[in-house]
Amino acid sequence: MSDITKQTLSDLIKNIKAKKLSSEEVTKDFIQRSEKSNKLNAYITEDFSNALQKAKMFDQKPNFNLKLPGIPIAVKDLFCTKDVMTTAGSKILNNFIPTYESTVTQNIWNEGGILLGKLNCDEFAMGSSNETSYFGNVQNPINENLVPGGSSGGSASAVCAQLTPITIGTDTGGSIRQPASFTGTVGLKPTYGSCSRYGIVAFASSLDQAGPMAQNVKDCALLQEIISTHDTKDSTSIDFKRSQYSQDLNKNIKGKKIGIPKEYRVDSMPKEIEDLWQKGIDYVKDCGAEIINISLPHTKYALPTYYIVAPAEASSNLARYDGVKYGFRAKGENLIDMYEKTRSEGFGAEVQRRIMIGTYVLSSGYYDAYYLKAQKVRKLIKNDFDEAYKKVDAILTPSTPSSAFKIGEKKDDPVSMYLNDIFTVPVNLAGLPGISIPAGHDSKGYPLGLQIIGKAFDEQNILNIAYAMEDKINFKNKISDWWIK
Amino acid sequence: MDQVSNNKLDYLISRKDNLYEIIIGLEVHAQVTSESKLFSSSATKFGAEPNTQVSLVDAAFPGMLPVINEFCIKQAIKTGIGLKAKINKRSIFDRKNYFYADLPQGYQISQFKDPIVGEGKVILDMPNGQKEVGIERLHLEQDAGKSIHDLDPQNTLVDLNRSGVALMEIVSKPDLRSPDEVSAYIKKLRSIMRYLGTCDGNMQEGSLRADVNVSVRIKGSKNLGTRCEIKNVNSIKFMQMAIEYEANRQVDLIEEGKSIDQETRLFDTKKNETRSMRSKEDAHDYRYFPDPDLLPLEVSEEFIDNIKKDIPELPDDKKRRFIDEFKLSPYEATILVSDIDTAKYFEEVVTKMGKNKDIKLAVNWITGELFAVLNSKNLEISQSPVSSKNFAILINLIKNGTISGKIAKTVFELMIEGDKDPQKIVEENGLKQQSDPKALEALIDKIINDNREKAVEYKQGKVKLFGFFVGQAMKASSGKANPQLINELLKKKL
Amino acid sequence: MTIDLKTIKHIAKLSRISVSEEKAKKLAGDLNSIFDFIEKLNELKTEKITPLTSIAETTLKLRHDEIKSKNIRQQIVKNSPEKNEDYFVVPKVIE
Repeated sequence: MSDITKQTLSDLIKNIKAKKLSSEEVTKDFIQRSEKSNKLNAYITEDFSNALQKAKMFDQKPNFNLKLPGIPIAVKDLFCTKDVMTTAGSKILNNFIPTYESTVTQNIWNEGGILLGKLNCDEFAMGSSNETSYFGNVQNPINENLVPGGSSGGSASAVCAQLTPITIGTDTGGSIRQPASFTGTVGLKPTYGSCSRYGIVAFASSLDQAGPMAQNVKDCALLQEIISTHDTKDSTSIDFKRSQYSQDLNKNIKGKKIGIPKEYRVDSMPKEIEDLWQKGIDYVKDCGAEIINISLPHTKYALPTYYIVAPAEASSNLARYDGVKYGFRAKGENLIDMYEKTRSEGFGAEVQRRIMIGTYVLSSGYYDAYYLKAQKVRKLIKNDFDEAYKKVDAILTPSTPSSAFKIGEKKDDPVSMYLNDIFTVPVNLAGLPGISIPAGHDSKGYPLGLQIIGKAFDEQNILNIAYAMEDKINFKNKISDWWIK
Repeated sequence: MDQVSNNKLDYLISRKDNLYEIIIGLEVHAQVTSESKLFSSSATKFGAEPNTQVSLVDAAFPGMLPVINEFCIKQAIKTGIGLKAKINKRSIFDRKNYFYADLPQGYQISQFKDPIVGEGKVILDMPNGQKEVGIERLHLEQDAGKSIHDLDPQNTLVDLNRSGVALMEIVSKPDLRSPDEVSAYIKKLRSIMRYLGTCDGNMQEGSLRADVNVSVRIKGSKNLGTRCEIKNVNSIKFMQMAIEYEANRQVDLIEEGKSIDQETRLFDTKKNETRSMRSKEDAHDYRYFPDPDLLPLEVSEEFIDNIKKDIPELPDDKKRRFIDEFKLSPYEATILVSDIDTAKYFEEVVTKMGKNKDIKLAVNWITGELFAVLNSKNLEISQSPVSSKNFAILINLIKNGTISGKIAKTVFELMIEGDKDPQKIVEENGLKQQSDPKALEALIDKIINDNREKAVEYKQGKVKLFGFFVGQAMKASSGKANPQLINELLKKKL
Repeated sequence: MTIDLKTIKHIAKLSRISVSEEKAKKLAGDLNSIFDFIEKLNELKTEKITPLTSIAETTLKLRHDEIKSKNIRQQIVKNSPEKNEDYFVVPKVIE
């Protein structure tokens, strides 16, 4: 069967179950395509020979009751994988080989998934362009010299370029949705507490969530169904009744109330984005949903709040990288000298910047003015959503204020880089689920995404809305395989 | 050191015309008695091989998360109840951020703004009466690992076995005024926790250590002086020595017109002095913030009530009961309740003595003979070579006149080897007291006969000679004669 | 508000990150522009707002006091940069 890598996950599963394809054939094709993708730099670690081995083993004793029967999957290098190097895109974790597996990846392997390799990402998931990775930047398959977004840039790039049928990323301030939007793919950030954080290299604990990335809504729903489990090893994992997201997927969204927040009409927003949003509104109307104008008055404070909370947590979460137990160590004259050299040589510039911001906002005399203030504003932002959800079932916004930008374009201007997350960050601060789906192209032909934000634990609803919209939008990614030539 | 005021009530330091008092506050770190650690499921046993009780969580591997131990929460609440303290139904775990080789996370999970236990108190029995010491708070936190500096000449080695073990930090108000009060406070705290089973109080194994805050001021002054914190002192004796040294150091500085730096100091047990701790110099800003890996801890009224049901009789209550029920003196009661095992032993003896018992006698024997033996053999009362059962029999034998107190001492010595039944010892060795009046009368007649002259002297008024006749009678009976009867008969005969 | 070089060096010290004069200057520039943007929060009056301590609206789950983690010393020290079978090794610390 030709063009295996072009098939959707659902088709691959169907074909494997029907024994039209073997796991080995599928795995081999994704490996071959991945091997030709060096220019994209989507992988940090390839685990191809093991993957092939596992695929053969699966074929010898296939279990077709599994949800991912022998499906090869590459994952973001922020997930700890047993016996496979895990770096979080950082020099400080170079050569670190976990002896344990993250809950989310374990859930995938339990359903028959096979690890293809570890995908590139911004260092410790801090970035919006995948340019902060110690292992080099990632190219966007849409166009050479375009960033794939970040921090799950390698994941977005790999799904877009069909190096893996689906993948998982993590989203702290938009790290799944923004790269999905930049690459014309689908990315879901689940409700905080939906997916276990156990075994995921932490960036900002109160914001981090793992989530699925796929080429279509259905595949995304299936992966969410697999990775979202209650986990007693994570105190913030929440025990709620999880839907069978893919089985319960339903295009009928008639009568659903969709909120349009006026504050998301930011001054600098390009006309193309404005138009795309309007198109989105028309689509959901066509599906029989009702449009309701709403207000989320504290939206403009979300980014400043985020840039206090996330670095504060990160400054503490990253204190464990001190050259003592694992990873990189620089030589030092004494313990303190060793710490300081290890951390200044081991962390990249953006990570150091954020550690400094975080240390500053927590330091004596500044805690109340910054960190405590931010936690209060965070409450206000959450209250905004609570108010809105008294009137609507979901909220529709653009995913990003622009399409993918050029590599290097914003590298030296942290604030303009941070502004990229303006539409995604409020969702993390409020702990809500949000999905980005491709909705059109800009004048340059680059994909643009729309974001649907749901109530907490209401992933099924936003998946349904996305599913209905996907049908209307009928988006086709324009990929020329330029990196192969 | 200059002389210390010997005023019975105060511990004061005098220099020239000034009298200084010492203000002491203690932060006691008590290891929670539990099987597993506060946020991980590895063991807490003392003395294991290095790094064999370390989980991925304790060593702070990437992506590892804390999950709290319910039993440790119960233990903290239990201790809070024992300290008559306010239990906070909502408490929050914070991160205390600093870098150190034996702190793998780069932060310690502790409780800063909202501890699990609030204000309480401890009553001390001092020679001049009772003294109340205020408890500021009690919170739960993780212990750090251990840095070993003397195993390798070039390097420091780190053992994380202790990393993550649950500690209760019990913070006193600055209510203590002398090394003796500090000693009494630590002993009382340890006693309460041992009664509760929340901390074994073993200072040699580091289960109980304290940071000691010391400042001095002119007696009568209302203002507090600048304080210094002496870190991690692990014996009562060292605490007392450290306080004495530190207080005098501070007084000297003031007298010389110098200022005292607020700083962390270390007690050097070899040189018997405190010195500034350079390694903690720039680690003052701990950047506390709520640990985002954990949620606020909420406990219900029911949860607390269930723990209350589990609270045993505590030393103060037990003491009151001993005084009321057994008519002990406050002094005796204090000694018996200070250690849970002593109290337990005493109560067992009381029970086993049965109906016709002499509690006073039992108390004297426990605090006298038994304590002496334990002391000389360096044993805890829980390891006593004489069981409470045999001890009770012995007391009864004295009480009912089977043996005299003097013979009892001989019997007791024989009991120590293999916890022998005193009844049997008495029988086997023929140590039974002679209480047959006829036999004793004959014995006394013979003694008077043999010592006619002395008998006459006695009758003429040399009453001191009575003792001589008693001695002769006891000697003639190899100490077995009932001394009371001897007294009576001698009076009659002489 | 501006963050001066002295503050940058203090923060770097707390963060255990070594900074050269040049790096400190660069960081000062970056942090100042980021804080200009963060200062926007000062527009908001928040005296009466209860800060959010946890986004997951649930209470802390408690674990039973059981030893589940056995001796995994080999795994624990396996990744350490300075090899030793029993201990983690760091440059000599003088107290």
